[in-house]
Amino acid sequence: MNELDNKFINPFNQDKDFAGCSIFGMMSLEGKRFSSEDPIKAISNMHDRSNGLGGGFAVYGIYPDFKDYYALHIMYLSKDAKEKTDRVLASCFNIIYDEEMQTKAAKVVDPPLLWRYFVEPKKRRSPNLPEDECVIQAVMRINTETGKAFVFSSGKDMGVFKGVGYPEDIAEYFCLEDYYGYLWSCHGRFPTNTPGWWGGAHPFNILDWTVVHNGELSSYGINRRYLEMYGYKCTLQTDTEVLAYAVDLLMRRQRLPIEVVSQILAAPFWSEIDSAEPKRCNVLRALRQTYGSLLMNGPFSVIVAHHGEMIGLTDRVKLRPLIAATRGNMLYLSSEEAAIRLVSPQLDKLWAPRGGEPVIGRVGDKKIVGSAVKVEEPQ
Amino acid sequence: MIAKEIILAKLDSRFLPHVTFNDQICQVNAEGLHYRDLNSLLRTLDSHGVEKVELHSVCGQRYIGTDLKTGMAIEIYGTPGNDLAAFMNGPYITVYGNAQDCVANTMNEGKVVVHGRAGDITCYGMRGGKVFIRDDIGARAGIHMKEYMDKKPYLVVGGTAMDFLGEYMAGGVLLVLGLNLKGDEPHKARFVGTGMHAGVIYVRGNVAHMGKEVKMVDVEKSDMLTIEGLVREFCGYFKTDFEEILSKKFMKIVPYSHRPYGRIYAY
Repeated sequence: MNELDNKFINPFNQDKDFAGCSIFGMMSLEGKRFSSEDPIKAISNMHDRSNGLGGGFAVYGIYPDFKDYYALHIMYLSKDAKEKTDRVLASCFNIIYDEEMQTKAAKVVDPPLLWRYFVEPKKRRSPNLPEDECVIQAVMRINTETGKAFVFSSGKDMGVFKGVGYPEDIAEYFCLEDYYGYLWSCHGRFPTNTPGWWGGAHPFNILDWTVVHNGELSSYGINRRYLEMYGYKCTLQTDTEVLAYAVDLLMRRQRLPIEVVSQILAAPFWSEIDSAEPKRCNVLRALRQTYGSLLMNGPFSVIVAHHGEMIGLTDRVKLRPLIAATRGNMLYLSSEEAAIRLVSPQLDKLWAPRGGEPVIGRVGDKKIVGSAVKVEEPQ
Repeated sequence: MIAKEIILAKLDSRFLPHVTFNDQICQVNAEGLHYRDLNSLLRTLDSHGVEKVELHSVCGQRYIGTDLKTGMAIEIYGTPGNDLAAFMNGPYITVYGNAQDCVANTMNEGKVVVHGRAGDITCYGMRGGKVFIRDDIGARAGIHMKEYMDKKPYLVVGGTAMDFLGEYMAGGVLLVLGLNLKGDEPHKARFVGTGMHAGVIYVRGNVAHMGKEVKMVDVEKSDMLTIEGLVREFCGYFKTDFEEILSKKFMKIVPYSHRPYGRIYAY
C-alpha cells in the first residue's frame, strides 16, 4: 500500500483491528500424540482476532514420564512470593521434581518467573481428603496468599502455557515445539474489559480441566459468589475463570454429564422449557432452579477440555462463532473455518453447532456428539 | 484491453511474486498475504480496469471485495475470511468453498455466489445486490437488512438456516429453499423474524418457530414471480432442477406491523 493510497483509505491512520478472541481445539480421537505445529499454525491464522494482550495453549498427554504426579505451573511476580509459596508447597506436597520452565526470547510482554513442579499430595496430612481436593485447596491458598503467585496449571499429564503476547509468540516463548500431546486447545486474546496480564490469559485451568473462551460472561459476579460457597476463589481478574471452576464443580465433583451441564451453563429459555414434554420440562425446571446461579449469561463460545474429552459450546442464542469438523481420527473446533482448512484442507465433515448444543469428542469413541447440520464438501 | 505491463509496473514490488496474468485474467496467489495487502492489491487492479481476478489459496483473509466500485468479477478458491464483500459496491464474487461469518455486511451493490455454506450474520445490514448460498447459512442471516427506493437486497439460500433468521429485518427479500431437508421436515430455525418490521422472508416448507412480531401467510401470485425469478437464477449457478424446487409449497413470513415498538417509545 503506498503512502497516497493509505491517506485516502485510512485518513485517520487507525491501526486498530476490531475483533474478538480466537479459539481453536484439535484432538486425536485415538489418543495419539502429535506436535504443536498444526495447532500453532491454525491459531496464528486467526492472528487478527487477538491483539497481543494474551495467548495460550493447553496440552494433554504432555508429561508421560510424570503422569502419576500433579504438574503445577506457577507464575511468580516477585522473588519473595516464590519463597513463601515454596514453603506452602513443601507442607502440602512431596515435590518429585521442580525446575524453572524452559523459555526462550520471544515477543512477549514482561514475563514473570515461571516454575514447574511435579508433586504428590502428602497423604498423612489429611488422610480422608481425596487427592484432587488437596490440590484444589493448595491452589486456592497459593493464589490468594501472596497476590504475587498464581498456579496456572495443576493437572496430571497436561499443561497450560499462557501469557501476554500473540499466541504464536507465546508458543515460541515456551518452546512448544518440544512438546507433544493428543489434545491441544489454543486461545488468542482480545481483552475487552479486564486487564491483559499473564494470569488473565486463557486457558483457565483447575486440575486437568481447561477452558478457552471467546465472549463475555456478564453473569461473572453471581457465578463467582456461587462458586465461593464451594471453596473456589476467583483471583485472576477475568470472567472466564468462573467457567473453569463451574465445570470442575459440576462435572468432576458432582459427576454430571456434559449433556446436563450444557443445559445449566447455556440453559434453554423459559418459553422452551414450558413447551417441552412434561418429563423433560421437570428436569429442565429443576436444573434452572438448582443451578440458576451457574447460568452463564452473555455471549460466549468455549472449548472445555479434560483428559479424554473435548467439548465445544456456545451460548444459547449463538452470539459467538464456533465451527466443528472431523477428518479421520481428528476432531477440530475453531472460531473460523479457515484455521481448520489450513491444517486439514480436506475434511470428512464440517458443521456449525446450534446455540447451546455441545459438540463432544471422546478418546476411543469415533462418534462425535453434537447436532450436526450436515454440510457437503464444496467441490 | 488492459495493458498488463502497466499494471505490473504500478504494483508494489512485494505483490509481484503473487500476481500473474493469464490472457485478460489476473491470477493472485493469496497464500501468506495479509488481508490489508490483498485488499489493497484488489483496489489497484480494480482502478486499472482489470475485469476478472482469480484469488487462489485464500485462507481467512477478511473484507475481500470491500470498497470496490466497479463490476469486476472475483473468483475465490479456498476459504475467504469474515466480512466477505463488506461495503462492496458492484463486483461479482464467486466463492468455490465455504464462506465465514458476515458475508455481504452492509453491501450496497453487486453479487456474491457461494458454492458451499456461509456462517453467521450473513447479509448483515445489506442494502442492495444479491447473495446466493448453495448450502446452509448460520444464525441471524439477514439481520438488519434494509431497502430504500430502488435499492433492494436479496439473499437466496439453498440449504436451511439457523436461529434468528431475518432478525430486525427492515427490508429486502430472504428466500430459504431447504433443499437438504427430507420430506416434511421443517426448517429448524427458531425465533425467525424476531423484531422484523419490513421486508419479506420466503420459505420452502415450514419453520419450527417464529418470533412474535411476524406471521406466516400464503404466497400470492406476485410473490411467486419474485420467487421464480430468484430460483431460476439459483438453478443457473448451482445446476439444480427448477421444476423440482418449485414443486413444493412456499410460505411467506411478514411482520404484523411496520412499527412493532412504536407504542413503547411513542408518547
